[in-house]
Amino acid sequence: MSRLTLARGGATVLALSVAIVAIFLAPRWDQVGDIKGAQMGVYFIAILGLNIVTGYTGQISLGHGAFMAIGGYTTAILVAEHGVRDLWTIPIAGLVAGAAGFLVGIPALRLSGLYLALATFGLAVAMPDLLSWDKLESVTKGGQAIQLFGSSDLTGKGFEDVSILGQTVTFTRAVYYLTWAVALVLLVVAWLLLRGPPGRAFRAVRDSEVAAASSGVNIAAYKTFAFAISAAYAGIAGSLLVIAVAFADPQSFPAKLSLTLLVGAVIAGLGSLWGALAGAAFIQFLPDAAVHISKAQGVPDAVYGAALILIVLLLPTGVAGGLRRALAPLTSRLYTRS
Amino acid sequence: MVEFAQQVVSGLASGSIYASLALAIVIIYRSTGVVNFAQGELATFTTFIAWTLIDHGLGYWLAFALTLVIAFVGGVALERIVVRPVEGGPVLTVVILTIGLFILLGGLSNWIWTAEVRSFPPNRPFPTSAWDIGGVAVSKQDAGILLVTLGLVVGLYLLFQHTKLGLAIRAAALNPTASRLVGVRVGWMLALGWGLAAAIGAVAGMFTAAAAPPLEPNMMRPVLIYAFAAAVLGGLASPVGAIVGGLTIGVMLNLIATYDTHVHLELDRMRLPIALAVILTVLLVRPAGLFGRAVVRRV
Repeated sequence: MSRLTLARGGATVLALSVAIVAIFLAPRWDQVGDIKGAQMGVYFIAILGLNIVTGYTGQISLGHGAFMAIGGYTTAILVAEHGVRDLWTIPIAGLVAGAAGFLVGIPALRLSGLYLALATFGLAVAMPDLLSWDKLESVTKGGQAIQLFGSSDLTGKGFEDVSILGQTVTFTRAVYYLTWAVALVLLVVAWLLLRGPPGRAFRAVRDSEVAAASSGVNIAAYKTFAFAISAAYAGIAGSLLVIAVAFADPQSFPAKLSLTLLVGAVIAGLGSLWGALAGAAFIQFLPDAAVHISKAQGVPDAVYGAALILIVLLLPTGVAGGLRRALAPLTSRLYTRS
Repeated sequence: MVEFAQQVVSGLASGSIYASLALAIVIIYRSTGVVNFAQGELATFTTFIAWTLIDHGLGYWLAFALTLVIAFVGGVALERIVVRPVEGGPVLTVVILTIGLFILLGGLSNWIWTAEVRSFPPNRPFPTSAWDIGGVAVSKQDAGILLVTLGLVVGLYLLFQHTKLGLAIRAAALNPTASRLVGVRVGWMLALGWGLAAAIGAVAGMFTAAAAPPLEPNMMRPVLIYAFAAAVLGGLASPVGAIVGGLTIGVMLNLIATYDTHVHLELDRMRLPIALAVILTVLLVRPAGLFGRAVVRRV
């Protein structure tokens, strides 16, 4: 069996086992567990997107929270104002956020990665203010929260039970399944994208722009493409978040969110898809765990920051890379014929 | 006309704060080619240290001087301990590291000093009165902040251009290998750059707390964005550009807020998006900034 087939099989098995674990574990949780699980799915999708641009293309984005905001607001506005069914707004949110990513990426991507970091950081910090701009009041309600609760276009209007595939489940459980179903689809899409020619071009750009250009890779085009795809992932994540909490306001998408996502992506291991699972779990459950250290404000941040620094210094390939290296003596036998 | 002059004058004062933080960013960028995203949080942290010193009974200017020393030592230590291991690595790695510092320092400020709102300094460093120059009120605090900032720039200029140490720092930034060959201790020169930047950032932090109270852990977040806009406008590698850029951003934000009352674009709370627009416009139109030289890479 060739190495590629094995890798392909491994990825499929992994995706399936994630799905099975998610479906079987769920009934044991209460509603809070559902929402936390769904939120973790949201982070998973956003980190997946961030990984495409940062891990595979080597362009740093500090503004993915802003693209989540764009996606989330797209969903909120479409459902609340225009009566679009919430499920249909998910792909639209992805498209809108992707277009925004394309626009932001154009000026920054033609320059060094540092400028992209600067511009996206500015975007992350400015986004809550932009959403509160009085001139945009007709669109974004000028910083007031957009309530979706009770909207007839929302799955489970007033958080009542929903029936899917002939089974009746609570609204929070439905949201949980929805988020992870979308997450799995996006995982497969990312995997297909990255193992094909685009993924090869992305990695070439990351490892050496000069070499990539010499081999005929249009660097600016691929960087912009990666950035737009990645922003679309974040937009879908934001859309799912808004559907889960039935609510959108500028403070749901603070600048900190963008940095937290970066922490997740680095913990996961840049350039590893399934590592995103570890990253998402880390940023979802760390605040819960940090309470045990001290209840003081700022403790989770201090731990995030310290973890990020330690990972960069000690485990540059993240949790996924570390595991891969630790397991290499076991798995390398599968690949080499001796 | 008097109103215009008034707004320019007060814009220059806040602009000089942005300029000093931008200067700190530029110093590190010049020596290592990396933007330090933690510069603002570092400034907040050191300002809290100054607050603690004054809380223990020190006078303002003594605490000020002591904080500069602490910030300098802290900056050098950060470079040697945290940044050194990834020195010369990909820009991405170093940027992620400074983001880690950003989150860590912000968390620590929140943890140690809590989000409680403080007035700092308790007694103002400069007299609260103002001079009247042809109908324009120039507050002594604004003038003082502007003067100290200009003093800093002159001091740095003298250090970089007229001392052997400054020459060594510039050489280490320009060509590390050649400098090492002639006996410059390159590693320490980079650490010195971090120390200097941290000290200048501390000045920006303490003046922000004085000019735009209160002192709280998130105080420098917007200032950092203005400083980025200033540094990008000035050309990211040019200290003069940082100063001109900072003053321009300060005056511009003030004028926009003032004259918006006639246009009603409701831009008063839109200062951060305006700074973002400045960054994006400069990158689109003239990526090298006003004073920078376009980078030409040999392949």
